[in-house]
Amino acid sequence: MNDVDILVIGAGPAGLAAAAAAGTRASVLVADEHGAPGGQLRKQIHKFFGSSRHFAGKRGFAIAWELEAQARAAGAEFALNTVVYSLQPDLTASLAGPDDTRHVRAQRVILATGASENAVAFPGWTLPGVMTAGAAQTLVNLHRVLPGRRGLIVGSGNVGLVVGFQLAQAGADLAALVEIRPQVGGYSVHAGKLRRTGVPILTSSLLTRAGGAGRVQSAVIARCGADGQPLAATERAFAVDFICLAAGLHPASELARMAGCDCRGDTPIHSPELETTVPGLYVAGDAAGVEEASSAMEEGKLAATHALVSLGRLDKRLGLKDMAACRDVLAQLRGERRLEAGA
Amino acid sequence: MRIHEHPILGSLPDTHLVTITVDGRPILARSGEPIWAALMAAGIVVAHYTHTLREPRGAFCGIGRCTDCAMTVDGVPNVRTCVAPVQEGMVVETQDRLEP
Repeated sequence: MNDVDILVIGAGPAGLAAAAAAGTRASVLVADEHGAPGGQLRKQIHKFFGSSRHFAGKRGFAIAWELEAQARAAGAEFALNTVVYSLQPDLTASLAGPDDTRHVRAQRVILATGASENAVAFPGWTLPGVMTAGAAQTLVNLHRVLPGRRGLIVGSGNVGLVVGFQLAQAGADLAALVEIRPQVGGYSVHAGKLRRTGVPILTSSLLTRAGGAGRVQSAVIARCGADGQPLAATERAFAVDFICLAAGLHPASELARMAGCDCRGDTPIHSPELETTVPGLYVAGDAAGVEEASSAMEEGKLAATHALVSLGRLDKRLGLKDMAACRDVLAQLRGERRLEAGA
Repeated sequence: MRIHEHPILGSLPDTHLVTITVDGRPILARSGEPIWAALMAAGIVVAHYTHTLREPRGAFCGIGRCTDCAMTVDGVPNVRTCVAPVQEGMVVETQDRLEP
C-alpha cells in the first residue's frame, strides 16, 4: 500500500490545476487512464477566450501542456495509462497501470473524472457511422482521420458547433447541423464560425431516423414544433456517411458512487468548496457538474486549496483568501455564460 | 481518410508505419495510433455484430466507454479498438456474436 497526501483522479483541466495548486505543499499523485495528461484539452485545437488566468488566446492542447508543466514543476507525480478501478469510503484507491496493480491510501482525493457524452436514441442510431461529437473530434484532431465524407451534426451546444467547424476545417462536408430548439444553444461566436463555412444551422429541426445497410447512408430530418414533435410533410433526406451526436454531457460519477457519495442525478452533492458527502473526497470540473475548461481549472484549484487547509499544509487565512478568489471567478464565469445564453 | 494537410495542425508528421491484418486484409497503420483510427483511415466502420439480432456496431464514443468498437485482436475478443494501440503484425477480426 502506497500512501499519498492527495490523489487526483483525472488529468484534465481540473485535475492538472488541482495538482499545480497542491503539489508544492503536499505529496500529489495524478492518475489518468490516457497516455498523456490534458484530458479533453488535448483534442481542442481552437483558441480559448476569457481571461489570461485561464490561458485565453491559447489553443486547448497548448493549455494542456502548460498545466502539465505547472503540475510537474509543483512536484506532482503522474501515473498515466492507469485506470482507477476502485475507490473506497476510506479513500483507498486501486490503480491498474501498464505494468502492475497497486493500492493507494490517500488523505484526500480529488475526483476530476470529467464527463461522458449523452446518447440520443432514434431509429438507426446504432448504425456504424453514428458517433458522439467527441468521438469525431478525437478522430479528426488527435488521430488526423476523417469519420467520413459527408456528415450531419445533431445539437447546437458549443460541442456541436465547435466540432462541426473543426470537421469542416479538416475537409469534411457537412449537410447541416440540426437543433431541436428554436434557438442555437452555444456561444454565438462558435455558431458564426460554423455558418461562415457554409454549413446551415437548422433550428426547430430534428433527426427523425438514420438508414443504411451495414452503416449510415442517409439521415432524415424534419421541422418540429415547440413540443419537439416532427411536423407533417417537412421531412428531408440527406445522403450522409456519418452522424455526430452533440446532446450534452453528464458527470462521470462512477467512482464517486462507488465511494458512497450522495448524488443528485449524476452529480455528486458537494459543498461550496467541492467536498462531497464522503469526508476528504472532493469533486472538481465536469465531474462536479458540467461546465467548461475555465471553470474546471478554477474548481481544481478551489478543491486543492480546501484540501491543503484541511490537512494543515496551508495557513487557514491564506487559504480562505484563495478560496474566496476562486469562488468570485467562478461566479463571474457563470454570470458571463448566462449573459451569453441571453438568460 | 487521412487528413494530410490541416490549416491549424499543419502537415501530418512522418511516423513509423506498421502493418496490421483486418479480416485477412493487410492495412497500413501509423505507429501508436488506436486500431480504430487505422480502420477508419481504411474506410472500415463495422467492429462487430451483436449477439442476438446480429446488428452491426462501430465505434460510438471513441474514448473507451461504450464498447461498441469491440473486436477480436490477436485472438482475444472484446478489445476496445478505439483506445487499444496498433502493433506490428496485429491480427484484427470483425467479431461475430461475441457480445462485449
